[in-house]
Amino acid sequence: MSTIHVRTTVNGEPTEFLCEPAETLLDALRNRLGLTGTKEGCGTGDCGSCSVLLEGRLVPSCLVLAAEAIDREVLTVEGVAVGDALHPVQQAFLEQAALQCGICTPGLVVAAKSLLDRNTNPTEQEVRFWLAGNLCRCTGYDKIVRAVMDAAEVMRNETSEVRA
Amino acid sequence: MSAERTFEYIGTRPIRHDGLDKVTGRANYGADFTLPGMLHGHVLRSPHAHARIVSIDTSAAEATPGVKAVITGKDIPKTNAKLSLGEAAMELGPMGDNALAHDKALYEGHAVAAVAATSPEIAREAAEKIVVVYEVLKPVMTVDQALAPGATILHDDLVTKGKPLADAPKHTNVALRMELKRGDLEAGFAAADLIVERTFTTPMVHQGYIEPHACVARYGEDGQVLVWTTTQGHFIVRDASAGILGIDAAKVKVVPSEIGGGFGGKIPVYLEPLAIVLSRKAHRPVKMVMSRDDVFRASGPTSGTKVRMKIGAKKDGTLVAASASLYYEAGAYPGSPAGAGAMCVIAPYTIPNFMIEAYDIVVNRPKVAAYRAPGSPAAMFATESVIDEIAQKLGMDPIDLRLKNAAQEGDSAPYGPKYGPIGLKQVLEATKAHPHWKAPLGPNQGRGVACGFWFNAGLNSTATVSLSADGSATVVTGNPDIGGTRVAQAMMVSEELGIPVERVRPTVADTDSIGYNDLTGGSRVCYATGMAVIKAAQDARDQLCARAAKIWDVDPSCVAWERGRAIPLNGASDKEPLTVSALAAKMTATGGPIVGRGAVSAPMAGPGFATNICDIEVDKETGVSRVVRYTAIQDVGKAVHPSYVEGQMQGGAVQGIGWALNEEYIYDEAGHLENAGFLDYRMPVASDLPMIDTVLIEVANPLHPYGVRGVGEVPIVPPLAAVANAMAGATGVRFTDLPLSPPRVLKALSGA
Repeated sequence: MSTIHVRTTVNGEPTEFLCEPAETLLDALRNRLGLTGTKEGCGTGDCGSCSVLLEGRLVPSCLVLAAEAIDREVLTVEGVAVGDALHPVQQAFLEQAALQCGICTPGLVVAAKSLLDRNTNPTEQEVRFWLAGNLCRCTGYDKIVRAVMDAAEVMRNETSEVRA
Repeated sequence: MSAERTFEYIGTRPIRHDGLDKVTGRANYGADFTLPGMLHGHVLRSPHAHARIVSIDTSAAEATPGVKAVITGKDIPKTNAKLSLGEAAMELGPMGDNALAHDKALYEGHAVAAVAATSPEIAREAAEKIVVVYEVLKPVMTVDQALAPGATILHDDLVTKGKPLADAPKHTNVALRMELKRGDLEAGFAAADLIVERTFTTPMVHQGYIEPHACVARYGEDGQVLVWTTTQGHFIVRDASAGILGIDAAKVKVVPSEIGGGFGGKIPVYLEPLAIVLSRKAHRPVKMVMSRDDVFRASGPTSGTKVRMKIGAKKDGTLVAASASLYYEAGAYPGSPAGAGAMCVIAPYTIPNFMIEAYDIVVNRPKVAAYRAPGSPAAMFATESVIDEIAQKLGMDPIDLRLKNAAQEGDSAPYGPKYGPIGLKQVLEATKAHPHWKAPLGPNQGRGVACGFWFNAGLNSTATVSLSADGSATVVTGNPDIGGTRVAQAMMVSEELGIPVERVRPTVADTDSIGYNDLTGGSRVCYATGMAVIKAAQDARDQLCARAAKIWDVDPSCVAWERGRAIPLNGASDKEPLTVSALAAKMTATGGPIVGRGAVSAPMAGPGFATNICDIEVDKETGVSRVVRYTAIQDVGKAVHPSYVEGQMQGGAVQGIGWALNEEYIYDEAGHLENAGFLDYRMPVASDLPMIDTVLIEVANPLHPYGVRGVGEVPIVPPLAAVANAMAGATGVRFTDLPLSPPRVLKALSGA
């Protein structure tokens, strides 16, 4: 089998790599691009640890072929913070102690960002259902949900400040 | 005493030092390491639950281009060595046989061969070319099958340790029988006005850590070994790998990665000895990573159990007698937590007459590992369900019944020693006073309450505290940080030295870089390693005082330490106090580097008690239930970082809710696991749950300078019965078999 030449954009950077036809986006990110922030918890799309945004859409990168990234934009956890400015979700996770072991955190940060990209005023129930594809075994989700609600509030205030 | 002490840093909520790396994806976990020239390992696993290995032909695999090494059980020496550590001694022979089978495959997924190749795909394809001839044997899947007359025997040489019954068969699957007794059981039950007896079962469940096991090993031609791995105890990985392979522990350096959850499951070695041997054969580093399927089939879940529980009470609620028989699946080798279960089962209560027996039983399932308060949840599910039923039948408030019989300081624990100061009564009083307990319930809702107990562990820890010339400090320990222990250790240094938490850098060091540390487990790190940290910080502080004496040219007795400064006492009172920064700046001139050292062996720990209140709502048409409100109350001794204490309580509660409602290993009759994935092994997700409210009760533990007690394990103990008792309230049916999954609930409701 011949390898596939992938031209794509990862975290805003034009990126090229060769991959096997059956290679997942998760494996390409981790093994070819060194972006190990995206984690593998199951490899079957059930745990959300490998969540990335593909053209702004939340996907488990273990169920996406690397070749599907051709001419598309991929955002991984490494691209969520801009320079030294953490995304409000990342800051809220730190302040709310919303992580324990931290293995699910990258996926949850990406998933929460994608929610707040769409809706900066989610209800608790909306947060819980949006994050239902991301397993966390340490926290019982309480502090994660609170952190996402807090981040939403910060983002709403930032928006209103800009408007003012 | 510590109760009088006011703290400046302990009890605050600073941001953890390892947090930024974890929210940005920079933190390195087990599977995140790579080395130049690294090979990839793949394990071939038995498709049979019980089979004799007749022959293994690896020639086709070895001939595959890209394959650099193939190993089988012949490459792992058989050993009788033991490792004394953690919560029990570990037999290294079975651990090695579990890592790679020698003669028999004892469960589906048991490793029988391993391949190292230039890519994971080549390794997997080559492993599939290995021809194993099996003589398939009848599997023994449950304790009932294992105990039945004429049962298939897993280990021909197994003898029952402890106190086997006089008429017990010699050829057996019972690895251990133990007894605990006190008083006169017959007289106790004769004096009871009410006796409730029921038999309970809980399924085998998995810890469910999200990070699969993973490691990289590099074996040097000089015999020096480097292992990078995700583990709860890298000193255990070192000593167990060295012991199994017959190499000198000093030649093995183990570097712990960040750890993506463990809950007890990342204590044994599975991949590390294989990676070392593959690397030795291939002369290249070897990486091994389990798939989720491997994790379910071939790591260490916790025991499925059967518990017969009988408790007698007087009309006024006084518990007078209890008898219990606990049967725990050990998996393929001896070592279930049945004994711990027996010690926990009635620990919250003073019952004058009891007889408890516990059986450790081998079956053709993966060898169990520890899982958060190992042994206690299943045991206390039985006790707390029966106590609830007694309260119901006596018309008593279930908290009042527990308060009436609750153990307190000075009472003898059922397992022997007298309790020191414990917080059970305070926890129960707080539960009763909580608004949740009196809140109205909606239609189809029920409320349950239950208690939990765990011993907590102490064990061995080492720490060093080093000062930099600018007055900042590092604290180095040897316990992988699973849930925020590094920040707690930094806070302890801050408390002792009076420098801000942000100026203390906590580090988890490899096995070469710090003295011995027992595992991260037993709820021991904040407690025992914390004691080592406090000792090390105090040692550094004493050195700072001595430097001040030198600068002031006074006797050291004229210097005291107060709020981060050396202050002059009588005979030196004309001197200005010196801060840590001022003293550190003069380190070189006053005697050189300041390094504080603390090493502790903590034989005891303060036991932990908790209660949970659970409200559940049941859809009686589908059997689907939903936890709608949940409160966890716990004696935490002294909460060092309250957010991470709450996190332990919330996380433990939710794991327990999962155990109660949905999680179970489902095997077919041939012993094949049918749900080895997160889709079918149903752990709680965010949308299943409400917020988990917490109440922290602080009854200082006199064994610790700040009053800390372990908090990580007891949270998983109450939920099983709290959920089941709530279900009894909602449905009128008392369930004795977990999980309370929709089909089981629906069946019971339609039969009722």
